[in-house]
Amino acid sequence: MKFVDEFREPEVITKISEEIRRLADPRRHYRIMEVCGGHTHAIYRFGLKDLLPSNIELIHGPGCPVCVLPMGRIDDGLAIAQNPDVIFTAFGDMMRVPGTQGSPLEHKARGMDVRIVYSPADALKLAQSNPDKHVLFFAIGFETTAPSTALTLVRAKVLGVHNFSVFSNHVTIIPAIRAILDSPDMRIDAFIGPGHVSTVIGCRPYEWIAKNENKPVAVSGFEPLDILQSIVMVLRQLKSNQARIENQYKRVVPWEGNRAALRAMAEVFELRPYFEWRGLGFISQSALRVRAAYAEWDAEQRFDIPGVRVTDPKAAQCGEVLKGVLKPHQCKLFGKECTPEHPIGALMVSSEGSCAAYFNYEHRKTEMVTSIGSVA
Amino acid sequence: MAHGAGGKASRRLVEGLFAPLLFGSSSEPLGDAAHLDFDGTKIAITTDSFVVKPLTFPGGSIGELAVNGTVNDLAVSGAKAEAMVVTYLLEAGLPAAVLEAEVRAMGKAACTAGVTIAGGDTKVVEHGKADSMYITTTGIGRPLPGLKIDARAVRPGDKILLSGPIGDHGITILLARGELDLEADLNSDTRSILPLVEVLAHEAGPGVRWMRDPTRGGVATSLNELARDSRQGVVLSEEMIPVRDAVRGACELLGLDPLHIANEGQFLAVVAPEYANAALHALRLAPGGEDAQMIGEVREQPSGAVLVTTGYGGSRIVDMLVGDPLPRIC
Amino acid sequence: MCLAIPGQVVQLFPEQPNTALIDVVGVRRKVDLGLLQDDLPVEGDWVLIHVGFALSKISEEDALDQMRTLRALGEAESAIEEVQGYGLENAENKKVS
Repeated sequence: MKFVDEFREPEVITKISEEIRRLADPRRHYRIMEVCGGHTHAIYRFGLKDLLPSNIELIHGPGCPVCVLPMGRIDDGLAIAQNPDVIFTAFGDMMRVPGTQGSPLEHKARGMDVRIVYSPADALKLAQSNPDKHVLFFAIGFETTAPSTALTLVRAKVLGVHNFSVFSNHVTIIPAIRAILDSPDMRIDAFIGPGHVSTVIGCRPYEWIAKNENKPVAVSGFEPLDILQSIVMVLRQLKSNQARIENQYKRVVPWEGNRAALRAMAEVFELRPYFEWRGLGFISQSALRVRAAYAEWDAEQRFDIPGVRVTDPKAAQCGEVLKGVLKPHQCKLFGKECTPEHPIGALMVSSEGSCAAYFNYEHRKTEMVTSIGSVA
Repeated sequence: MAHGAGGKASRRLVEGLFAPLLFGSSSEPLGDAAHLDFDGTKIAITTDSFVVKPLTFPGGSIGELAVNGTVNDLAVSGAKAEAMVVTYLLEAGLPAAVLEAEVRAMGKAACTAGVTIAGGDTKVVEHGKADSMYITTTGIGRPLPGLKIDARAVRPGDKILLSGPIGDHGITILLARGELDLEADLNSDTRSILPLVEVLAHEAGPGVRWMRDPTRGGVATSLNELARDSRQGVVLSEEMIPVRDAVRGACELLGLDPLHIANEGQFLAVVAPEYANAALHALRLAPGGEDAQMIGEVREQPSGAVLVTTGYGGSRIVDMLVGDPLPRIC
Repeated sequence: MCLAIPGQVVQLFPEQPNTALIDVVGVRRKVDLGLLQDDLPVEGDWVLIHVGFALSKISEEDALDQMRTLRALGEAESAIEEVQGYGLENAENKKVS
């Protein structure tokens, strides 16, 4: 696969890993946060932690839109779909996330019309081919995904499709990073920036992290070599006491972002005054809602929703894990009451949440395993 | 719902409910078929049900799946299928032409696989109660001489062979449902793997410890079952696992892992190291076995789990599936 | 929100200027080009695809550049280590100071 395989070349990966070992000062302990859930997933999928020296710690950040979605919002979306004339559509990521009465898939088993879509455009098409039904699109995602939802609503308006609405749970990344840095007990040395969010927002929005917080940021792609090169970049900056924003993912990320995508977002969405993030609490100006001009396609304005706040059990230490203060297995519920199959807190509900990723990929690896050579 | 997907939930249902209540006090691990002995007459028997949407898809249809699936279950248990009986559960309103097409497909597949369809039953249920058609089969066969399949005989150092590329069937079905608007030149791999199993038995019989056909839940689920039943660890080399480009592309686009995708024409075999190379060579020379690979080996650690290593020293644990694989965007 | 895959534009549709057929090693899907309307791709271009929309064009030049940098990175450092092994490094430092 072009633009994928080159960045997975084993010999180059080995060389860059050696470079990382050379760069890492053995007297220092480095804590590098990868913001985006997609990076968390890639790190585990490619076994990248095995390649790093033990004094480099990767902390998993809050960039997992499924993880930070409060349970109450899932209940709200499913409440709308209780109406038999409503078809509930969402990405596959949402299907197993539990609300208080069960997940969308569990509701499907009980008779609700629930369908997985790959694209919001597919949800719109479904509305066009089912004129006697209403199609609800349960929208999630950061700035990577919001422009696609926005453009879909623009198309819905132009085409005059009225049996379609969006329940927006889009959130923005900068307030989440601010919340992490504002937290008194956090200690992050550098950031691996979210590469795909940055194709939309560009690199400028991170400049305050370097200027005001004095932390290096490398905006990173998602292949093994991208992530490893980003680690090299921040290590070099740390070594020479620099703090700036570097664009590692140049082949795809424009420094100024994607103007057309930003325009689409601005036309359809506006910032909510505040929004609740599961595990992080209420954050102001951190989420998107549909503007008045598109009220007809805003599920929150067309339907009555319960709007009940659901809190996680106090024993769930998601907040601390999210901020990098605790490791997943240090939470008292990890692996016992809280597993991917019956998740109690935010970070276990999605396969890229820190706890779920740790549980699925890392948990049973033993020390013997790290020194395996070629097998077949 | 997750209980039908072949992974953890299914296993819990079988082990937690059916086994203790129905299977008596046998301590043997559960296999693909049961080998029974009636005063010296040895018979292997298996049963399976087939539910697929859409009924027909590139490379096959439910009728072929039913025949090949039954033959394959017997084959990987170390038996040659001789005969099967079939039950059709039909939804009222199913067009006669659709039914006829499946019956023909089944007949043709049985002929190709060398198995007799000895009888069957039909029931018609209300509209909305059977998703067009469900098929259940029971197959019986003769144990293949020289093969003794037992997970408990698996030892560290044993090699893991795979008959061919993975993920073809599952991705074909996913695309055929039309909900994702993806197109690819891909077919289900449904076929009888008995001829390849016979080649393996002939070449390496005494060294074959275990076999399985990785259907629902994919290679990952089957090998996790092996790791659990044998109390050993399974270590795979990612670059050795054969995957067609189109399957890979679809999996990358949808965020799926080929190791979790269903196959209907492949099998895994654990072979003692002294027989493994000859076995692989023989499979590759046999028709349909050209893409066979040695994908890994059994080790003591990680006990009870499956580890996949990359070509550059990274590794990850691959677990059994919980429910069906779902596309993701994150 | 992060799963985005490179695909090649293999067909454009004159009647639907915001749609393209893209190919990912043989898997094909129509994607919406609306987010690239300021600089629409042409046939043969590579784009990054996320939830059925093209999010960005992929620069082959930047990709090659990056691979060159990465390959050189490993090489340069191991060459320096080799030289250090010969004890030449101390001689160099004396000269500079």
